[in-house]
Amino acid sequence: MRDKYDIIVVGGGPAGSTAAKWAAMSGAAVALFERDREIGIPVRCAEATAMDDLKKYVEVDETWFASIIDCVRFISPSGIPVEVHLPIKGVVLNRRIFDNDLAIQAASEGAEIFTKAYVHDVEFNPGDYVKVRVRHIGEGRIVKARIIIAADGIESRIARFAGIRTQAALQDVESCVQILAGNIQLPPNRIDIYVSERWAPGGYAWVFPKSSRSANIGLGVIGNKIKTESPLQLLNKFLKEIYPDVVPVATIAGGVPVARSLKTIARDGLLIVGDAARQANPVSGGGILAALRSGKLAGEIAGQAIHKNDPTISTLKEYQLAWDKTVGKEYRRFYRIKEWMQTLPDEYYDEMANWLMNLKPDEVTLTKIFKLAVKNKPSLLLDVIKVFAGY
Amino acid sequence: MIKIDIDRCDLCGTCVGVCPVDCLELSEQVLTVNQNICTSCGKCVIICPMTALTIDQGQG
Repeated sequence: MRDKYDIIVVGGGPAGSTAAKWAAMSGAAVALFERDREIGIPVRCAEATAMDDLKKYVEVDETWFASIIDCVRFISPSGIPVEVHLPIKGVVLNRRIFDNDLAIQAASEGAEIFTKAYVHDVEFNPGDYVKVRVRHIGEGRIVKARIIIAADGIESRIARFAGIRTQAALQDVESCVQILAGNIQLPPNRIDIYVSERWAPGGYAWVFPKSSRSANIGLGVIGNKIKTESPLQLLNKFLKEIYPDVVPVATIAGGVPVARSLKTIARDGLLIVGDAARQANPVSGGGILAALRSGKLAGEIAGQAIHKNDPTISTLKEYQLAWDKTVGKEYRRFYRIKEWMQTLPDEYYDEMANWLMNLKPDEVTLTKIFKLAVKNKPSLLLDVIKVFAGY
Repeated sequence: MIKIDIDRCDLCGTCVGVCPVDCLELSEQVLTVNQNICTSCGKCVIICPMTALTIDQGQG
């Protein structure tokens, strides 16, 4: 480890590794610090994303894919299933492999990767180097950098050292629990989404196939809707009733930001990316694509800032501007949809499912759902469908 | 004050993300709370997916 880098990335998830990769490609000296002992472990993710969008940001590798999805089955609160065939391909990832590969790609571009490297303090000094205090395999070091890229996930503590309030409101976080289920057989091309106040108030439960004999089964509850039953208890109830025979091979917990992105994601010597910047789709909770996109943007712009010898906000603000007018704008719209969906009672979803049930299976298209949506609530539901279909 | 049940804690960091006063820290394989700053607001208790956190009324 050197005493000084151009750019230090904190956090080795998809946002961090992507930022490190693009920053290193610009020729900057880059280090990435990951607290855990291995990149990609533990997985705290349901692992589903959209294939075509993925291809926009990275060169995909077949080994990342656990299953390829072309169908979503929504199960209404009273149990009515509605299958929707997707016009695009979805994918359930092997995040262990995916995350690892992204870090290796960053390393291939010259970024130095340090695991078991915990950043416990960051000192931002106007006009001078940023001082990063890191413990790497038990040894304390002070490392200097021109720019810090905070990719420290749901915790989002790094940006707080720069005085940015990253604290999320309870209504903007989903509290999630998931098992990797064994002793289960599912169609490998379909994901299931259960919408119900009973299973997951304000969120949903999911069943995503990971192979012909395993699946991620989990649920997320909006923070301000957690009452007497914890997410863990709700998941156990769900499993008992819907999948009584599955054997959990692993249980994991995690928080998903379903917020408006942070207002401030760039400062002198600092960029914030991915979950740390609350950059996830507020309706679906999906954060992988946003992480790749913001990571790439931040890495490129940090690289430019080093080239121009200007690690201040006057160059770094380009990241904020680029995000705000693209995904940021889209997610603000999705956030309003999320807020609206929070108000819908279970009966609404049942009514819709009932209507769709009367159609022949091949008639259940997004267009048909759209027509129903128009009947019930003109603009918003279409957006909801778009969100889930990955448009 | 906030009590952490380390046997239940999954080290996911969700509580850290919502703490309004930044008194929680997830360092290497352990979650700690700075009781001097904690206001016992209970947000971390609510959001924890594993119910690993509780407010200890006795000393609150």
